[in-house]
Amino acid sequence: MFQVRIHGRGGQGVVTAAELLAVAAFNDGRHAQAFPSFGSERTGAPVVSFCRISEREIRTRSPIDEPDALVIQDATLLHQVGLFSGLRPQGYVLVNTKKSLAEIGVAGFVAELPKGHVLTLRATEIALQHLGRPLPNAVLLGGFAALTGAVSLAAVVTAIEDRFSGPMREGNVTAVTEAFNQTRAELEGAATLERRSVGAAPD
Amino acid sequence: MLRQIEGSRAVGESVALCRPRVVCAYPISPQTHIIEGVGALVKSGRLRSCEFINVESEFAAMSVSIGASAAGVRAYTATSSQGLLYMAEAVFNASGLGLPIVMTVANRAVGAPINIWNDHSDAMALRDSGWIQLFAETNQEAVDLHIQAFRLAEELSAPVMVCMDGFILTHAVERVEIPTQEQVDRFLPPFAPQQVLDPAAPVSIGAMVGPEAFTEVRYLAQARQLEALDRIPELASEFERVLGRPSGGLVSAYRNEDAETTVVALGSIVGTIKDVVDQMREQGTKIGVVSLTTFRPYPEQALAEALEDAHRVVVVEKAFAIGGRGILGADVDALVSDRGTRTYTVVAGLGGRAITEAALRRVFGEAIRGELDRVSFLDLDRGVVDRELARMAQDPRTAPSVERVLRDVRESAARIV
Repeated sequence: MFQVRIHGRGGQGVVTAAELLAVAAFNDGRHAQAFPSFGSERTGAPVVSFCRISEREIRTRSPIDEPDALVIQDATLLHQVGLFSGLRPQGYVLVNTKKSLAEIGVAGFVAELPKGHVLTLRATEIALQHLGRPLPNAVLLGGFAALTGAVSLAAVVTAIEDRFSGPMREGNVTAVTEAFNQTRAELEGAATLERRSVGAAPD
Repeated sequence: MLRQIEGSRAVGESVALCRPRVVCAYPISPQTHIIEGVGALVKSGRLRSCEFINVESEFAAMSVSIGASAAGVRAYTATSSQGLLYMAEAVFNASGLGLPIVMTVANRAVGAPINIWNDHSDAMALRDSGWIQLFAETNQEAVDLHIQAFRLAEELSAPVMVCMDGFILTHAVERVEIPTQEQVDRFLPPFAPQQVLDPAAPVSIGAMVGPEAFTEVRYLAQARQLEALDRIPELASEFERVLGRPSGGLVSAYRNEDAETTVVALGSIVGTIKDVVDQMREQGTKIGVVSLTTFRPYPEQALAEALEDAHRVVVVEKAFAIGGRGILGADVDALVSDRGTRTYTVVAGLGGRAITEAALRRVFGEAIRGELDRVSFLDLDRGVVDRELARMAQDPRTAPSVERVLRDVRESAARIV
């Protein structure tokens, strides 16, 4: 079972992101369960949503206390209490920001995680470019697919095509693909650097 | 068709496949997405020959449903919490008049204090209203139970309430097999009402009944409910033949064959309990779970058989009879205590309090070791309660204060940080 917690603010499509992720996992032939944090959501208020992905039927209805991955749609939430709580030692973190990890000051929280498991993505900028609106939720799923491999890009694209229509559909497909490619390139670049730094033969 | 879909939307699809002619509802969280879904299907024309009637309250929603059903058409409504209580008088009327209305209750706590989250206080408050009450464990079951509910209601001329956990099911996106229209039509024939208000052939329904016959009328209502105990398993079998999957029935057991400890529960928490049962079985604990898909009529015989070999029964329930004890817990205790089976009631998930697997493992372990109170509240914050009790003891005229409790909980949370 792969468990994801998505943090953002009301109006950023936090709940939609979890639903899209669940549909993408379903498109990949897996079982998935998405659910919101059941609060009285208000625009701008912190919102959490959840998604479980599994090869088997998902029966539990308990909240996700020990996520395998965190998607943070709004970097202003980073220093909120409990944001990283329960994150598994091999977990992944994807943060929507145009700043570096050092600049946003989360190095301390994520120092223990494996290399290449924590990344930033300029998702709001990518969304503005392709959608004309600051909606980073679907875009981040492209980065999430590249970072974790928990869902395929094709399945995310199909989920977006089912959910949206018109310019939002086209824009999100382009944006999510760009986010996927950027993230993968970043991971490959980091891996190459890593190999060079330990003296391995370049590929 | 297998779809990854929100529970509310799946139920909306299911209701539409049952071809209701009148849907009348008033929106309330967490029921809203269900009636929005049905409303959209009426508007788009996919649900044909159906009138979606907007009204000003839940009392009106049930009253319109009563009128529609008495006029001989299939009627559906849905509500939650305060909405169910606001329509309470009409809820009793629907069953007293023997009208086969189907209603979804997206279960939610009842205020005050106001709380929009899930528990079973709403359905339990109306458990004696004469409605058949079915509880869904999953969204698949919620979809399937609605189809069975219309058939059951119309065969018995009695209303059926399909209960599904608010938010936990209604707002969860998971895989659900949505049946085809052809499958539903094979299982659910067109509505053939047992009583119809028709100007061409005038009759009265709802006559006043005095002391000379009221007892007999109530006895017959009970007989009708007991008939449902025979009909529900038959319909579940037929549903499986037509739709190709088991769903519904009176009770269902999981890993309970040789269980010394049996957990009994209603609704979606059964899924979490199944996972906990698997974890404890791996450690060698003989534990199983029995869920009641049918809560009213109370499936006494089926439940007694399922609990026959248990040394102890732990009832996990999302409601509490204040001033009394657990509701399902009392029902189960009455069934098994005379043969020496110990029962424990664990009140859990009130007002949306998360029920974690760790907490369930802990209380099941305590029950097995005989350390659990007969009635307990899962994850109760004892400190908060004790401080408030102490304040009340200092001034005997002070009532418990919601606002003080909230402040205390927030201050405690701040201290942890």
